[in-house]
Amino acid sequence: MEFLSQPMPWYVAGPIIGLMGPVLLLLANKSFGISSSMRQICACVFPANIPFLKYDWKKDQWNLYFVVGLMIGGFLSVTFLNNTHVISLHPDVLEKLQSYQFEVKGGLVPEEFSTTAFLFSWRGLLMMIGGGFLVGFGARYAGGCTSGHAIMGLSNLQLASLVSVIGFFIGGLIMVHLLLPKLFS
Amino acid sequence: MMRFMYVILGIIFGITLFKSEAVSWYRIFEMFLFKSFHMYGIIGSAVAIGIVAVYLIKKRKCKSVSGEQIEVAPKKLSKGNIIGGVIFGLGWGLVGACPGPIYVLIGAGYSFVIIVFVSALVGTWVYSALRDKLPN
Repeated sequence: MEFLSQPMPWYVAGPIIGLMGPVLLLLANKSFGISSSMRQICACVFPANIPFLKYDWKKDQWNLYFVVGLMIGGFLSVTFLNNTHVISLHPDVLEKLQSYQFEVKGGLVPEEFSTTAFLFSWRGLLMMIGGGFLVGFGARYAGGCTSGHAIMGLSNLQLASLVSVIGFFIGGLIMVHLLLPKLFS
Repeated sequence: MMRFMYVILGIIFGITLFKSEAVSWYRIFEMFLFKSFHMYGIIGSAVAIGIVAVYLIKKRKCKSVSGEQIEVAPKKLSKGNIIGGVIFGLGWGLVGACPGPIYVLIGAGYSFVIIVFVSALVGTWVYSALRDKLPN
């Protein structure tokens, strides 16, 4: 049972992730995508007469059940299947993190992120609120996120998805190479 | 019954994202620094399997368990794909989590991610409100 506390290799995780879209099609003829759950929550909670939020969201309830599953999956993993080692990162990455004063201990994100001192600093607020906003806004503007475009859209050979994924990477590269160093130095 | 299946699929996906460390801020940071093959391996093998499976489903004109003829709606190319894509990427690189991992991390007890989640909902809502005024 040793493998349960080990990280899952990419060649196991990748195929499982790749089969999510096809399984969902075979099961219920639904197109895989996670960020649309956020549109649905908006439509359900606060539609405010916005045309884009006035649609029959109940028809696509599947993704609300799916994201409940995601949360349960996160809980089960951390409770019963937690990776017990300290995440192994490339030495150059560790060096960079050190220069940002992040110490890599257990856990999947820098521990600093969970401290109130960081969360209520201008950096922390900018990061969590700004980052979250960009993710939500950008995903809807692009018509999908990593699951809908990078996994499902590319699987279906969609040009729109390829363009979106190129956009995801341009944005990510700008952030990590140009903006994060400014934010944390 | 179907609802139960969606929850089960979500659990499988959530455990996979967590156990493969795809939900880790570190892994996304490392990916954008091109210092590890791990995330590229995950995305690459997922897409490779997905392409074959979707091709077969379409070629064999499969019906779903729910009894419908399976149709994969094409995605329309628009300016939003690149503009929205870059905006999304900036956020992804910053918080190190896209929507799937946001849910998984909340479930795993990383309570600060709730702030990210609520902000993402606000982002979704603001986009919806401004939609007609944006280039598309």
